[in-house]
Amino acid sequence: MVTETLSNKKVLTKGNYAIAQAAINAGCECYFGYPITPQSEIGEFMSGKMQELNRAYVSAESELAAMNMVIGACSTGAKAMTSSSSCAVSLMQEALSYATSDELPVVLISVMRGGPGLGNIYPSQGDYFQATKGGGNGDYHLIVLAPSTVQECVDLTYKAFYLAHKYRNPTMLLADGLLGQMMEPVEFKEYPYPEIDNSSWALTGAKGRDGRIIRSYAPLADNQCVFLEKLFEKYRTIEKNETEWEEIGTEDADVILISFGSTSRNVKTAMKLCREKGIKAGFFRPVTLFPFPSARLNELASKTKKMISVEVNMGQMINDIRLAVNGKVPVELIHKPVGAPPAPEEILEKIEELI
Amino acid sequence: MTVQVFKIPDSFKKDVKFSFCPGCDHGVAVRLVAEVLDELKIREKTILAASIGCSVTLYDFLNVDSIEAPHGRALAEATGVKRARPDKFVFTYQGDGDFASIGLAESLHAALRGENVSAICINNTTYGMTGGQLGPTTLLGQVTTTSPTGRNLEYYGYPIKIAEHVALCDGTAYSARVSLDSVANIRKAKQAIKKAFEVQLQGLGFGFVEILSTCPTNWKMTPSKAHERVRDEMMKTFVPGVYKDVTSDGLTRRMR
Repeated sequence: MVTETLSNKKVLTKGNYAIAQAAINAGCECYFGYPITPQSEIGEFMSGKMQELNRAYVSAESELAAMNMVIGACSTGAKAMTSSSSCAVSLMQEALSYATSDELPVVLISVMRGGPGLGNIYPSQGDYFQATKGGGNGDYHLIVLAPSTVQECVDLTYKAFYLAHKYRNPTMLLADGLLGQMMEPVEFKEYPYPEIDNSSWALTGAKGRDGRIIRSYAPLADNQCVFLEKLFEKYRTIEKNETEWEEIGTEDADVILISFGSTSRNVKTAMKLCREKGIKAGFFRPVTLFPFPSARLNELASKTKKMISVEVNMGQMINDIRLAVNGKVPVELIHKPVGAPPAPEEILEKIEELI
Repeated sequence: MTVQVFKIPDSFKKDVKFSFCPGCDHGVAVRLVAEVLDELKIREKTILAASIGCSVTLYDFLNVDSIEAPHGRALAEATGVKRARPDKFVFTYQGDGDFASIGLAESLHAALRGENVSAICINNTTYGMTGGQLGPTTLLGQVTTTSPTGRNLEYYGYPIKIAEHVALCDGTAYSARVSLDSVANIRKAKQAIKKAFEVQLQGLGFGFVEILSTCPTNWKMTPSKAHERVRDEMMKTFVPGVYKDVTSDGLTRRMR
């Protein structure tokens, strides 16, 4: 468990606890959840801490209910969240579609495990599509942040609350079983973002004014057209302001290795092994999966000869890379279907086969 | 001198125009809700979790803050609202399909947790908005578009007695079933709605009213014939009454 919650000292803690403590520090007022491995520690931690702080905690009867409770709380302008994993995040898709249409600041922590179906509890990146392509019905996106370290679990949980409220759009922290379960030293700094004024839209009871309605129902086709154009204008603003990535050694690279989340750590090491062997490799890591750093990848495609996507799934992010580079360079895949990321040496071997 | 004896409730929107079918009991039920909000003077602290079905348009009539819930999830959303803002008055208004079929888990668990919220369920024994299909409260023998020869046990099983199920939950403070088929029963219905709202305001737990209602369009009956059906058929299975009332039973529960 976390002992030092707000200090400049580093503490050793597990990803799941780090996320939970960061949510507390970010001012999360309500947690609603249902257990599922490999993220159950988040709910366990929150049950004690939220009650201690006199904040709201509910052991929901299902993930459907949990996400709808988050919607209810968020409709009042409260900071509210739930956490879950893969097959159970599937159960939340209906509500996430509503929440996006309702423009509510929902925060969802998704700690991926193996799929499809019940799959297994090993780490996985198999929910990239689920996270970035909407997932429920209709045209919409979540904002998706992908941490690669336990420290980033903290920093990006802070950011998830901020972006969700700033843009009134459901925001997902997409971690995986490896990050959730491993321990690393982290520093809990204070929540660094300004509080967002929600007084123009939050439900407070219609004191001295007419009632406000937060709804997705738009019986007239024209209304829905206007709404969707506005929603996607918002996404363009988010793309302009918030797209985030990390890149190393890309300027002179013949081959750029692209990877997100926990997998990217071994890929970064593999890139260094490449350089030691004289292979001019670069490293690129999207931090925001939506918005995806397409523009930067397209620029880099003009300077490099090949891109390789390294993923723990059957190849999902590679589709977005190919769209981004639009045929300028070949994009190859190194992947493992599920489990711990491939070792750096294993990645190196496959790179040598591909170039 | 003249005395005003009847007016549009203050909790209604100005120039409100109902979109319900002629003769439907929804209009009466919504008016009763508005009158009770007025009498308890809680319009300005009310947040409604609206539902899906004919009840979806409630937010077009009531001048209160509203959040629209997906089908069946109104009481999960109401839970979220109330836990975030315990000083607000929070209620749902749902049909039988929303409350007792697709949303049964959310409904009963809200009652079991003793959420300090109130719920109104309109039971008209059919899915009205989609054109009169068989629902969780469709009576045995009743013909619907998906029970063309009548509800039989072999294919469909039994209808659910909602008010009784809610009353079985320990977190429920008040559960009643009422009807709108006569002036006397409309007055009783209003008292029940008021009670279900008051138990929330007193912090006693979950308040619930099941309202037996007509659907003349899908029942293919005149409004008066439909009320006869409520009396002659529905009330035999769905017996009106107060099934739980902690304020008169001497039952107590911890206030949150």
